[in-house]
Amino acid sequence: MSLLPEYRDPSKKKEYAVIGKSKPKIDGPEKVTGAAKYCGDLKFPNMLYGKMLTSPYAHAKILSIDTSEAEKIPGVKAVITHKDVPSKKYGISPARWDENCLCIDKVRYVGDKVAAVACVDEETCYKALAAIKVEYEPLPAVLDYRHAGDEGMPNIHEEYPGNINTEIHQEFGDLKKAFEEAYYVRKDVFQGQRAYQSPIEAHCAISMWNGNKLTIYSTTQSTHYFQYYIAREFDLKMGDVRIIKPYIGGGFGGKLEPTGLEFNGAVLAKITGRPVKMFYDRADMFYHNRGRHQGTYELTTAVDKNGKILGVHANFILDGGAYTSLGIATAYYAGALLPLTYEFDNYKFDMYRMYTNLPACGAQRGHGAPQPKYAFESHLDNIARDLGIDPLEIRLVNARKPYTTTVNSFDIQSCELKACLERVAELSDWRKKKKEGMPKNTGIGIATGAFVSGAGYPIYRNDWPDASCMIRMNEDGTSATVYNTTVDLGQGSDTVICQMAAEAMGYRYENMRIISGDTEAGPMDFGAYSSRQTLMSGWAAKRAGEDIKRQVLNMAAAMMGLPPDDLDARDGIIFSKSHHHPTKWQPLTYEEVVSQYCKLYGPLIGKGMYKVHATGGTFKGAAVGTSPAYSFCVQAAEVKVDEETGEIEVLAFYDVHDCGQPINPMLIKGQVHGALYMGMAETYWEEVHFDPKTGVCLNPTLGGYLLPTALDMPKIIKNEIVDSYEIVAPWGVKEVGEGSTNPTMGCFRNAIVDAVGVTINSTPITYEKVWRALKDKKEGKQPAEIKMPPPPANAAVKPY
Amino acid sequence: MQNAVKGKDGITRYLVTIKVNGDEYTRIVKANTLLVNFLRDELDLTGTKRGCELGDCGSCTVLLNGKPVDSCLVLAVEADGQEVTTIEGVAGVDGLDKIQEEFIKNGGLQCGYCTPGMIMSAKALLAKNPKPTEKEVREAIAGNLCRCTGYVLIVKSILAASGQEMETYYE
Ligand code: FES
Ligand code: FES
Repeated sequence: MSLLPEYRDPSKKKEYAVIGKSKPKIDGPEKVTGAAKYCGDLKFPNMLYGKMLTSPYAHAKILSIDTSEAEKIPGVKAVITHKDVPSKKYGISPARWDENCLCIDKVRYVGDKVAAVACVDEETCYKALAAIKVEYEPLPAVLDYRHAGDEGMPNIHEEYPGNINTEIHQEFGDLKKAFEEAYYVRKDVFQGQRAYQSPIEAHCAISMWNGNKLTIYSTTQSTHYFQYYIAREFDLKMGDVRIIKPYIGGGFGGKLEPTGLEFNGAVLAKITGRPVKMFYDRADMFYHNRGRHQGTYELTTAVDKNGKILGVHANFILDGGAYTSLGIATAYYAGALLPLTYEFDNYKFDMYRMYTNLPACGAQRGHGAPQPKYAFESHLDNIARDLGIDPLEIRLVNARKPYTTTVNSFDIQSCELKACLERVAELSDWRKKKKEGMPKNTGIGIATGAFVSGAGYPIYRNDWPDASCMIRMNEDGTSATVYNTTVDLGQGSDTVICQMAAEAMGYRYENMRIISGDTEAGPMDFGAYSSRQTLMSGWAAKRAGEDIKRQVLNMAAAMMGLPPDDLDARDGIIFSKSHHHPTKWQPLTYEEVVSQYCKLYGPLIGKGMYKVHATGGTFKGAAVGTSPAYSFCVQAAEVKVDEETGEIEVLAFYDVHDCGQPINPMLIKGQVHGALYMGMAETYWEEVHFDPKTGVCLNPTLGGYLLPTALDMPKIIKNEIVDSYEIVAPWGVKEVGEGSTNPTMGCFRNAIVDAVGVTINSTPITYEKVWRALKDKKEGKQPAEIKMPPPPANAAVKPY
Repeated sequence: MQNAVKGKDGITRYLVTIKVNGDEYTRIVKANTLLVNFLRDELDLTGTKRGCELGDCGSCTVLLNGKPVDSCLVLAVEADGQEVTTIEGVAGVDGLDKIQEEFIKNGGLQCGYCTPGMIMSAKALLAKNPKPTEKEVREAIAGNLCRCTGYVLIVKSILAASGQEMETYYE
């Protein structure tokens, strides 16, 4: 079989009817008119409102809870504590289920769940919460992850002594030898901050029972995982739990796991016999969090004299917060994805994810990869500078080639990283700028990134298909409805899935409909995370579409008196490939053929599924981070630094992505812009601050946590995709939405160094930090060095 | 405020009449009822979103007598006798407004949660300034946070609705 990608083979290059085109979003009209209903917009007869009481202490024993006063308030319909809810621990990472619906004996962060109420309206909820009396015995808290593992620190979870949540040690090749034989070895330590997804829509869940059947409308990124975890918690059959996702106002990883809203809402609904709408306000969002882990990243890299990487040691420590959330995967991702962009044969990865008395961290866009990637891209620039190599050239020397395997056994098929580097260089005029220099205090930086197109293995162990899809034709053939349980968070999966289905059917996008995200309507799909839907759910949609087309062509064959093999469909027209005649064998329409089919046989339904092939090696943790395919991208940023104030102005931004064959170029651009926006903000501004003594969040508002506005975006943005085709994917697609966050922080950091020659090794690189660094430089002071904290006292293995 | 009644619960409530999207609605509200909640809960106009209730995000933007305001910062009693336009009042019976069309055409929305607020801000801008510069567009929506789009295609959509192209974005 030839591995020559389709797009490289001119004879195979096909003009597609539906894919590859910037079709308008299928949900556009509903969203621009305000008709689109989000979870918080829904109302049901007799519905109550629910809210949770949370802990004011970072770490404390619960001595008593008195709900009697709250219960007396008119309009309060139920007040629950841990005694009323299942005591089974839940979580999303099965290896560490460590969270209770409501805390039993102690609270582990400011914001931990203590009690919940259901009332006739929102206002009464707040009154009821204020009337619940909880007696606490405060305990010493662990608020600095860098010392969470020190001897004598209080223990947060009994089951995890020394506060180690996850410990990883992986070694590939012979790193020692690589270091000994190297021309140059450099070590750097970087630090990242806690960032938060901050979707504009807050979490909400509406629970209701009908006998023993539980229905929950929820702001979820995965209806299937919610169905599974909620059934598990309440010992229900999966078939007795229905999860429905209305429109979702952004997720970015923060809505992937069930929360106290679903569990406690379900209990409140059961007790009151009424639907209960539970919701977070903006401050609750910051406390629930599950945003980006902060960490300290030590990197030691050996290179030859051309800058070719010989070996890398990554030694990381992460602040996990009080619970696991998706943190085990985050911890693995942090190291597992580092070898994607550059080829090297020797690699060691050590990681500790620590428990602290702060909100739990989880999976934020780019899951685990962006901060380590920022560290590595900064580190690589330092090496290039030491060796006098151009940052672009050192990346070209090391860039991954297609059809290679990473040091940690990830199989790469398509990879156009080199092409991305060259194209960014052209777009940004890199070589000219480097040769001729740039105006004072302006600089340019470059960085690479890569990401999975869907996780190789599901979050909890199971052997269901990763994605499945069903398509039903309207009986008269005038429309087709896709049924699945994908989740459109805004990224546009409903649109892209419909484009793919229509292409496979030989039908029209404009006549596609979709019902996604209802576990009772659509077949199983794991939902929106790890950038999986275009590839995985896309396969299922393609196969379901082909199934429809097969049946339609069979029916048409009988109607036309031609063999089905001779027929094809495009744009809703079925035609003969070889028989052309002015009167005979006239093309038929989908409408004619489908009507005939349904009259004879009843519903016309197509189905399709997708299961990932076995990925990854056999060592411990080998599965995490693997994917059927990997995207690649390169970004460059040009910045201008104000020497007086430290203010950074972004002059231009360039992004070139290898996302396989595009399905909808307009949506791809939107994803890149959104990723740029988030990455840029994480470089300069965004940080969730906590009082170092109490663990109270200091900026839980959208005014305190700085999201850029339309005025803060770069002056010039150029983004493109390169020609690429992924053989294991439907029509050669790969991801785009998360991978684009990976290079961003690194390229901005490198641009700042290039502009003013000061290195700041911690994010956010605030204007104040830049100003201080410039001042120190003028005064001849050495910048303060970031130190790698010692390994936790209880560590099973120490890095060296 | 003469139309006040004291309930059995000791809370005073007020009779307000607000003209919303051309129709007058009379309701009894509490002094602390926010305009955003009046629209959403009393009138079921849930196109106006709530993202923060603190005036930070702009997802609750409506036009109050033609001027864009965060409806979470306006009390229902303050809007008594005033005219409010919400996103539901933007499209006509004969189709979408030009701004709405351009948002769809140019990819000016993703999750759509900020979209109603964005469109209301854009509507107010174009009503008083039919040919705004790109900077003016950005200023007009600077109070509307979007977490999905990076604003690029939103700005493009609004400029397109005014018959102009974007200068700073290259496709
Ligand atoms: S809800 Fe009004 S500004 Fe955020
Ligand atoms: S489109 Fe999602 S917040 Fe703007």
